[in-house]
Amino acid sequence: MTGGSTTGDDGATAPSTGLQEARAAWPLWEVFVRSSRGLSHVHAGSLHAPDAEMAVRNARDLYTRRNEGVSLWVVPASAIITSDPDAKDSFFESPQGKDYRHATYYTKSEGVKHL
Amino acid sequence: MSEANASATRITPGNALRPEDIALLETRPADAVAQYALWLGDDALILAQRLGWWISRAPELEEDVALANIALDQIGHARSFLTYAGRAWDKTEDDLAYFRREPEFRSVHLVEQPNGDFARTIARQLVVALYQWELYSRLVDSADPTLAAIAAKAVKEVDYHRDHSTQWVLRLALGTEESRRRMIAGLKLTWPYVEELFTDHPLIDELGETGVRPSSLRAPFDAALQAVLDEAELELPAVPGAVGGGRLGRHSEHLGYILAELQVLAREHPGASW
Repeated sequence: MTGGSTTGDDGATAPSTGLQEARAAWPLWEVFVRSSRGLSHVHAGSLHAPDAEMAVRNARDLYTRRNEGVSLWVVPASAIITSDPDAKDSFFESPQGKDYRHATYYTKSEGVKHL
Repeated sequence: MSEANASATRITPGNALRPEDIALLETRPADAVAQYALWLGDDALILAQRLGWWISRAPELEEDVALANIALDQIGHARSFLTYAGRAWDKTEDDLAYFRREPEFRSVHLVEQPNGDFARTIARQLVVALYQWELYSRLVDSADPTLAAIAAKAVKEVDYHRDHSTQWVLRLALGTEESRRRMIAGLKLTWPYVEELFTDHPLIDELGETGVRPSSLRAPFDAALQAVLDEAELELPAVPGAVGGGRLGRHSEHLGYILAELQVLAREHPGASW
Protein backbone atom coordinates (compact mmCIF):
# COMPACT_ATOMS: atom_id res chain seq x y z
CA MET A 1 0.00 0.00 0.00
CA THR A 2 1.04 3.55 -0.53
CA GLY A 3 2.20 5.58 2.40
CA GLY A 4 0.00 8.42 1.28
CA SER A 5 -2.46 7.53 -1.42
CA THR A 6 -5.33 9.34 -2.98
CA THR A 7 -7.51 10.40 -0.13
CA GLY A 8 -10.93 10.18 -1.63
CA ASP A 9 -13.65 12.65 -2.31
CA ASP A 10 -11.65 15.75 -1.57
CA GLY A 11 -9.25 14.75 -4.32
CA ALA A 12 -6.15 15.60 -2.28
CA THR A 13 -3.03 13.62 -3.02
CA ALA A 14 0.07 12.90 -1.03
CA PRO A 15 3.47 14.33 -1.92
CA SER A 16 4.84 12.47 -4.89
CA THR A 17 7.82 11.10 -2.98
CA GLY A 18 5.59 8.79 -0.93
CA LEU A 19 3.92 7.51 -4.06
CA GLN A 20 7.23 6.92 -5.84
CA GLU A 21 8.57 4.89 -2.95
CA ALA A 22 5.42 2.82 -2.84
CA ARG A 23 5.57 2.10 -6.55
CA ALA A 24 9.12 0.94 -6.23
CA ALA A 25 8.02 -1.35 -3.41
CA TRP A 26 5.57 -3.34 -5.55
CA PRO A 27 7.59 -5.99 -7.37
CA LEU A 28 6.88 -7.30 -10.85
CA TRP A 29 5.35 -10.74 -11.34
CA GLU A 30 5.08 -12.86 -14.47
CA VAL A 31 1.72 -14.52 -15.02
CA PHE A 32 1.09 -17.92 -16.58
CA VAL A 33 -2.41 -19.08 -17.43
CA ARG A 34 -3.59 -22.56 -18.28
CA SER A 35 -6.72 -22.46 -20.39
CA SER A 36 -9.40 -25.08 -20.01
CA ARG A 37 -8.28 -26.77 -23.22
CA GLY A 38 -4.56 -26.21 -22.76
CA LEU A 39 -2.23 -28.76 -21.29
CA SER A 40 0.37 -26.35 -20.04
CA HIS A 41 0.55 -22.89 -18.53
CA VAL A 42 1.32 -20.21 -21.07
CA HIS A 43 2.89 -16.85 -20.32
CA ALA A 44 0.14 -14.24 -20.39
CA GLY A 45 1.89 -11.09 -19.24
CA SER A 46 3.06 -9.39 -16.09
CA LEU A 47 1.71 -7.27 -13.26
CA HIS A 48 2.66 -5.49 -10.07
CA ALA A 49 1.60 -6.77 -6.66
CA PRO A 50 2.83 -6.30 -3.10
CA ASP A 51 3.16 -10.04 -2.45
CA ALA A 52 2.48 -13.47 -3.93
CA GLU A 53 -1.08 -13.84 -2.65
CA MET A 54 -2.13 -10.49 -4.04
CA ALA A 55 -0.31 -11.28 -7.28
CA VAL A 56 -2.53 -14.33 -7.83
CA ARG A 57 -5.62 -12.22 -7.18
CA ASN A 58 -4.47 -9.43 -9.47
CA ALA A 59 -3.72 -12.03 -12.12
CA ARG A 60 -7.25 -13.33 -11.77
CA ASP A 61 -8.61 -9.82 -12.31
CA LEU A 62 -6.31 -8.93 -15.19
CA TYR A 63 -5.86 -12.15 -17.14
CA THR A 64 -8.96 -14.31 -16.59
CA ARG A 65 -11.71 -11.76 -17.20
CA ARG A 66 -13.09 -13.62 -20.19
CA ASN A 67 -13.01 -17.19 -19.00
CA GLU A 68 -9.47 -17.66 -20.25
CA GLY A 69 -8.18 -19.87 -17.54
CA VAL A 70 -8.64 -22.68 -15.08
CA SER A 71 -5.26 -22.34 -13.39
CA LEU A 72 -2.83 -19.51 -12.70
CA TRP A 73 0.84 -19.35 -11.84
CA VAL A 74 2.61 -16.19 -10.75
CA VAL A 75 6.38 -16.05 -10.57
CA PRO A 76 8.51 -13.18 -9.27
CA ALA A 77 10.00 -11.67 -12.40
CA SER A 78 13.30 -11.52 -10.55
CA ALA A 79 13.26 -15.33 -10.23
CA ILE A 80 13.30 -15.83 -13.98
CA ILE A 81 16.74 -16.26 -15.49
CA THR A 82 16.78 -15.18 -19.10
CA SER A 83 19.11 -15.98 -21.95
CA ASP A 84 21.37 -13.13 -22.98
CA PRO A 85 19.81 -11.27 -25.93
CA ASP A 86 23.28 -10.24 -27.12
CA ALA A 87 24.42 -13.86 -27.30
CA LYS A 88 21.73 -14.69 -29.85
CA ASP A 89 24.10 -16.01 -32.49
CA SER A 90 25.96 -18.53 -30.45
CA PHE A 91 22.84 -19.50 -28.51
CA PHE A 92 20.29 -20.04 -31.22
CA GLU A 93 21.91 -20.33 -34.60
CA SER A 94 23.87 -23.49 -33.98
CA PRO A 95 20.99 -25.84 -35.02
CA GLN A 96 20.91 -24.29 -38.47
CA GLY A 97 22.23 -26.73 -41.04
CA LYS A 98 21.88 -29.65 -38.67
CA ASP A 99 18.97 -31.22 -40.45
CA TYR A 100 19.76 -34.60 -38.99
CA ARG A 101 18.17 -33.39 -35.76
CA HIS A 102 14.78 -33.55 -37.48
CA ALA A 103 13.01 -36.85 -38.06
CA THR A 104 12.30 -35.83 -41.67
CA TYR A 105 16.03 -36.00 -42.44
CA TYR A 106 15.95 -39.75 -42.37
CA THR A 107 14.59 -42.02 -45.05
CA LYS A 108 12.62 -45.09 -44.22
CA SER A 109 14.51 -48.33 -44.51
CA GLU A 110 12.98 -50.93 -46.71
CA GLY A 111 10.67 -53.36 -44.97
CA VAL A 112 10.10 -51.20 -41.87
CA LYS A 113 6.42 -51.06 -41.02
CA HIS A 114 4.28 -48.79 -38.86
CA LEU A 115 6.33 -45.64 -39.30
CA MET B 1 -34.13 -15.28 -26.95
CA SER B 2 -36.58 -18.14 -27.14
CA GLU B 3 -35.03 -19.63 -24.03
CA ALA B 4 -35.69 -16.43 -22.15
CA ASN B 5 -39.08 -17.52 -20.94
CA ALA B 6 -37.59 -20.54 -19.23
CA SER B 7 -37.92 -20.80 -15.51
CA ALA B 8 -35.46 -18.77 -13.50
CA THR B 9 -34.44 -21.91 -11.70
CA ARG B 10 -32.92 -23.33 -14.87
CA ILE B 11 -29.57 -21.82 -14.12
CA THR B 12 -26.21 -23.38 -14.76
CA PRO B 13 -22.73 -22.03 -14.03
CA GLY B 14 -22.09 -21.27 -17.69
CA ASN B 15 -25.54 -19.87 -18.31
CA ALA B 16 -26.32 -17.61 -15.40
CA LEU B 17 -29.55 -15.67 -15.35
CA ARG B 18 -29.16 -12.31 -17.08
CA PRO B 19 -31.24 -9.14 -16.59
CA GLU B 20 -32.40 -9.50 -20.20
CA ASP B 21 -33.89 -12.87 -19.32
CA ILE B 22 -35.57 -11.50 -16.21
CA ALA B 23 -37.19 -8.73 -18.25
CA LEU B 24 -38.95 -11.39 -20.32
CA LEU B 25 -40.21 -13.50 -17.42
CA GLU B 26 -43.94 -14.11 -17.53
CA THR B 27 -44.31 -14.13 -13.77
CA ARG B 28 -44.62 -10.78 -12.04
CA PRO B 29 -43.37 -10.39 -8.50
CA ALA B 30 -45.85 -9.36 -5.83
CA ASP B 31 -45.47 -5.79 -4.66
CA ALA B 32 -43.70 -6.83 -1.45
CA VAL B 33 -41.23 -8.98 -3.37
CA ALA B 34 -40.55 -6.11 -5.76
CA GLN B 35 -39.98 -3.75 -2.82
CA TYR B 36 -37.51 -6.23 -1.39
CA ALA B 37 -35.70 -6.54 -4.73
CA LEU B 38 -35.48 -2.75 -4.69
CA TRP B 39 -33.71 -2.85 -1.32
CA LEU B 40 -31.04 -5.19 -2.58
CA GLY B 41 -30.78 -3.62 -6.02
CA ASP B 42 -30.39 -0.10 -4.65
CA ASP B 43 -27.67 -1.23 -2.23
CA ALA B 44 -25.72 -2.72 -5.12
CA LEU B 45 -26.31 0.23 -7.46
CA ILE B 46 -25.22 2.94 -5.04
CA LEU B 47 -22.20 0.95 -3.90
CA ALA B 48 -21.17 0.44 -7.52
CA GLN B 49 -21.45 4.16 -8.19
CA ARG B 50 -19.28 4.89 -5.16
CA LEU B 51 -16.68 2.29 -6.15
CA GLY B 52 -16.59 3.58 -9.71
CA TRP B 53 -15.03 6.78 -8.39
CA TRP B 54 -11.82 4.85 -7.77
CA ILE B 55 -11.30 4.10 -11.45
CA SER B 56 -8.06 5.86 -12.41
CA ARG B 57 -7.49 6.85 -8.77
CA ALA B 58 -6.58 3.56 -7.07
CA PRO B 59 -3.09 3.17 -5.58
CA GLU B 60 -2.00 0.91 -8.44
CA LEU B 61 -3.31 0.04 -11.88
CA GLU B 62 -3.94 -3.53 -10.72
CA GLU B 63 -6.06 -2.32 -7.80
CA ASP B 64 -7.88 0.02 -10.15
CA VAL B 65 -8.99 -3.02 -12.14
CA ALA B 66 -9.87 -4.98 -9.00
CA LEU B 67 -12.16 -2.25 -7.66
CA ALA B 68 -13.69 -1.71 -11.09
CA ASN B 69 -14.40 -5.43 -11.33
CA ILE B 70 -16.15 -5.37 -7.98
CA ALA B 71 -18.16 -2.32 -9.02
CA LEU B 72 -19.20 -4.05 -12.24
CA ASP B 73 -20.24 -7.15 -10.32
CA GLN B 74 -22.43 -4.94 -8.15
CA ILE B 75 -23.94 -3.25 -11.20
CA GLY B 76 -24.76 -6.69 -12.53
CA HIS B 77 -26.59 -7.57 -9.32
CA ALA B 78 -28.37 -4.22 -9.32
CA ARG B 79 -29.52 -4.72 -12.92
CA SER B 80 -31.03 -8.10 -12.10
CA PHE B 81 -32.77 -6.96 -8.92
CA LEU B 82 -34.08 -3.73 -10.45
CA THR B 83 -35.25 -5.44 -13.60
CA TYR B 84 -37.16 -7.95 -11.51
CA ALA B 85 -38.62 -5.25 -9.25
CA GLY B 86 -39.67 -3.28 -12.31
CA ARG B 87 -41.68 -6.23 -13.61
CA ALA B 88 -44.20 -5.50 -10.85
CA TRP B 89 -44.77 -1.93 -12.00
CA ASP B 90 -44.06 -2.12 -15.76
CA LYS B 91 -40.81 -0.28 -15.34
CA THR B 92 -37.38 -1.05 -16.77
CA GLU B 93 -34.14 -1.18 -14.83
CA ASP B 94 -33.27 2.21 -16.35
CA ASP B 95 -36.59 3.72 -15.26
CA LEU B 96 -35.78 2.71 -11.71
CA ALA B 97 -32.10 3.63 -11.72
CA TYR B 98 -32.32 6.93 -13.54
CA PHE B 99 -35.77 8.33 -12.95
CA ARG B 100 -36.50 7.84 -9.28
CA ARG B 101 -35.96 10.65 -6.82
CA GLU B 102 -33.81 10.38 -3.72
CA PRO B 103 -36.64 9.48 -1.26
CA GLU B 104 -37.66 6.64 -3.57
CA PHE B 105 -34.31 4.90 -3.17
CA ARG B 106 -34.19 2.11 -0.59
CA SER B 107 -30.44 1.69 -0.14
CA VAL B 108 -28.83 1.62 3.29
CA HIS B 109 -26.70 4.53 4.48
CA LEU B 110 -23.53 2.41 4.50
CA VAL B 111 -23.25 2.24 0.71
CA GLU B 112 -23.62 5.98 0.24
CA GLN B 113 -20.81 6.82 2.67
CA PRO B 114 -17.85 8.64 1.13
CA ASN B 115 -14.91 6.62 -0.15
CA GLY B 116 -12.45 8.50 2.03
CA ASP B 117 -8.96 7.09 1.64
CA PHE B 118 -8.28 3.58 0.36
CA ALA B 119 -8.45 2.12 3.86
CA ARG B 120 -11.89 3.59 4.48
CA THR B 121 -13.16 2.17 1.19
CA ILE B 122 -11.71 -1.21 2.14
CA ALA B 123 -13.40 -1.05 5.56
CA ARG B 124 -16.75 -0.38 3.87
CA GLN B 125 -16.05 -3.15 1.36
CA LEU B 126 -15.30 -5.64 4.12
CA VAL B 127 -18.57 -4.90 5.89
CA VAL B 128 -20.64 -4.92 2.70
CA ALA B 129 -19.05 -8.09 1.35
CA LEU B 130 -19.45 -10.04 4.59
CA TYR B 131 -23.05 -8.88 4.88
CA GLN B 132 -23.93 -9.58 1.26
CA TRP B 133 -22.33 -13.01 1.41
CA GLU B 134 -24.37 -14.01 4.45
CA LEU B 135 -27.49 -12.59 2.78
CA TYR B 136 -27.08 -14.12 -0.67
CA SER B 137 -25.95 -17.50 0.63
CA ARG B 138 -29.36 -17.72 2.32
CA LEU B 139 -31.37 -16.04 -0.42
CA VAL B 140 -30.43 -18.92 -2.75
CA ASP B 141 -33.08 -20.86 -0.81
CA SER B 142 -35.74 -18.21 -1.34
CA ALA B 143 -39.25 -19.37 -2.19
CA ASP B 144 -39.04 -16.94 -5.13
CA PRO B 145 -37.07 -18.71 -7.90
CA THR B 146 -35.91 -15.49 -9.55
CA LEU B 147 -34.51 -14.01 -6.35
CA ALA B 148 -32.87 -17.38 -5.67
CA ALA B 149 -31.29 -17.41 -9.13
CA ILE B 150 -29.98 -13.84 -8.82
CA ALA B 151 -28.52 -14.72 -5.41
CA ALA B 152 -26.91 -17.89 -6.80
CA LYS B 153 -24.94 -15.83 -9.30
CA ALA B 154 -24.20 -13.01 -6.87
CA VAL B 155 -22.97 -15.14 -3.98
CA LYS B 156 -20.02 -16.45 -6.00
CA GLU B 157 -18.95 -12.96 -6.98
CA VAL B 158 -19.42 -11.58 -3.48
CA ASP B 159 -17.28 -14.42 -2.16
CA TYR B 160 -14.42 -12.90 -4.13
CA HIS B 161 -15.24 -9.41 -2.82
CA ARG B 162 -14.97 -10.86 0.68
CA ASP B 163 -11.56 -12.24 -0.07
CA HIS B 164 -10.36 -9.02 -1.71
CA SER B 165 -11.32 -6.81 1.22
CA THR B 166 -10.04 -9.32 3.79
CA GLN B 167 -6.63 -9.46 2.11
CA TRP B 168 -6.37 -5.69 2.14
CA VAL B 169 -7.54 -5.32 5.74
CA LEU B 170 -4.78 -7.73 6.79
CA ARG B 171 -2.13 -5.92 4.79
CA LEU B 172 -3.16 -2.45 5.89
CA ALA B 173 -3.62 -3.39 9.54
CA LEU B 174 -0.37 -5.35 9.75
CA GLY B 175 1.59 -3.16 7.34
CA THR B 176 3.15 0.11 8.38
CA GLU B 177 2.23 2.31 11.31
CA GLU B 178 0.57 4.70 8.86
CA SER B 179 -1.45 2.03 7.05
CA ARG B 180 -2.60 0.60 10.39
CA ARG B 181 -3.66 4.04 11.59
CA ARG B 182 -5.69 4.53 8.41
CA MET B 183 -7.29 1.07 8.66
CA ILE B 184 -8.39 1.71 12.24
CA ALA B 185 -9.74 5.14 11.27
CA GLY B 186 -11.58 3.65 8.29
CA LEU B 187 -13.27 1.01 10.41
CA LYS B 188 -14.30 3.57 12.97
CA LEU B 189 -15.92 5.76 10.30
CA THR B 190 -17.71 2.76 8.80
CA TRP B 191 -18.98 1.21 11.99
CA PRO B 192 -21.96 3.51 12.75
CA TYR B 193 -23.63 2.32 9.54
CA VAL B 194 -23.44 -1.40 10.28
CA GLU B 195 -26.46 -1.61 12.55
CA GLU B 196 -28.91 -0.52 9.85
CA LEU B 197 -28.02 -3.58 7.74
CA PHE B 198 -29.56 -5.86 10.34
CA THR B 199 -32.69 -3.88 11.16
CA ASP B 200 -35.94 -5.71 10.43
CA HIS B 201 -38.78 -3.86 8.73
CA PRO B 202 -42.47 -4.79 8.45
CA LEU B 203 -41.87 -5.71 4.81
CA ILE B 204 -39.86 -8.74 5.95
CA ASP B 205 -42.92 -10.14 7.76
CA GLU B 206 -44.90 -9.96 4.53
CA LEU B 207 -42.23 -11.87 2.63
CA GLY B 208 -42.17 -15.06 4.65
CA GLU B 209 -39.85 -17.60 3.03
CA THR B 210 -39.13 -15.28 0.12
CA GLY B 211 -36.79 -12.87 1.89
CA VAL B 212 -34.04 -13.16 4.43
CA ARG B 213 -34.67 -11.61 7.84
CA PRO B 214 -31.88 -9.02 8.36
CA SER B 215 -31.62 -9.61 12.11
CA SER B 216 -30.93 -13.31 11.47
CA LEU B 217 -27.72 -12.36 9.67
CA ARG B 218 -26.20 -10.45 12.56
CA ALA B 219 -24.66 -13.38 14.44
CA PRO B 220 -22.95 -15.01 11.42
CA PHE B 221 -21.81 -11.57 10.22
CA ASP B 222 -20.32 -10.76 13.62
CA ALA B 223 -18.50 -14.10 13.71
CA ALA B 224 -17.07 -13.64 10.20
CA LEU B 225 -16.00 -10.07 10.93
CA GLN B 226 -14.44 -11.02 14.25
CA ALA B 227 -12.35 -13.69 12.53
CA VAL B 228 -10.91 -11.09 10.15
CA LEU B 229 -10.33 -8.55 12.92
CA ASP B 230 -8.59 -11.14 15.09
CA GLU B 231 -6.22 -12.05 12.30
CA ALA B 232 -5.59 -8.36 11.59
CA GLU B 233 -5.11 -7.66 15.32
CA LEU B 234 -7.85 -5.06 15.23
CA GLU B 235 -10.65 -4.36 17.67
CA LEU B 236 -14.28 -3.60 17.04
CA PRO B 237 -14.68 0.18 17.04
CA ALA B 238 -16.45 1.46 20.14
CA VAL B 239 -18.73 3.91 18.41
CA PRO B 240 -22.52 4.03 18.56
CA GLY B 241 -24.72 3.29 15.58
CA ALA B 242 -26.03 6.10 13.39
CA VAL B 243 -29.69 6.72 12.69
CA GLY B 244 -30.61 4.74 9.61
CA GLY B 245 -33.77 4.95 7.57
CA GLY B 246 -32.51 4.14 4.09
CA ARG B 247 -35.12 1.39 3.66
CA LEU B 248 -37.77 4.04 4.28
CA GLY B 249 -36.24 6.47 1.80
CA ARG B 250 -34.59 8.66 4.42
CA HIS B 251 -31.00 9.21 3.33
CA SER B 252 -27.91 11.06 4.41
CA GLU B 253 -26.73 14.15 2.58
CA HIS B 254 -24.51 12.07 0.31
CA LEU B 255 -27.12 10.26 -1.77
CA GLY B 256 -28.35 13.37 -3.56
CA TYR B 257 -24.89 14.08 -4.95
CA ILE B 258 -24.42 10.45 -5.97
CA LEU B 259 -27.74 10.42 -7.81
CA ALA B 260 -27.03 13.74 -9.50
CA GLU B 261 -23.95 12.23 -11.07
CA LEU B 262 -25.55 8.85 -11.75
CA GLN B 263 -28.68 10.24 -13.35
CA VAL B 264 -27.63 13.41 -15.13
CA LEU B 265 -26.93 11.88 -18.54
CA ALA B 266 -30.12 9.83 -18.71
CA ARG B 267 -32.19 12.84 -17.61
CA GLU B 268 -30.50 15.31 -19.96
CA HIS B 269 -31.04 12.99 -22.89
CA PRO B 270 -34.14 10.85 -22.18
CA GLY B 271 -34.25 7.72 -24.29
CA ALA B 272 -30.67 8.07 -25.45
CA SER B 273 -28.73 4.85 -25.90
CA TRP B 274 -25.01 4.38 -26.06
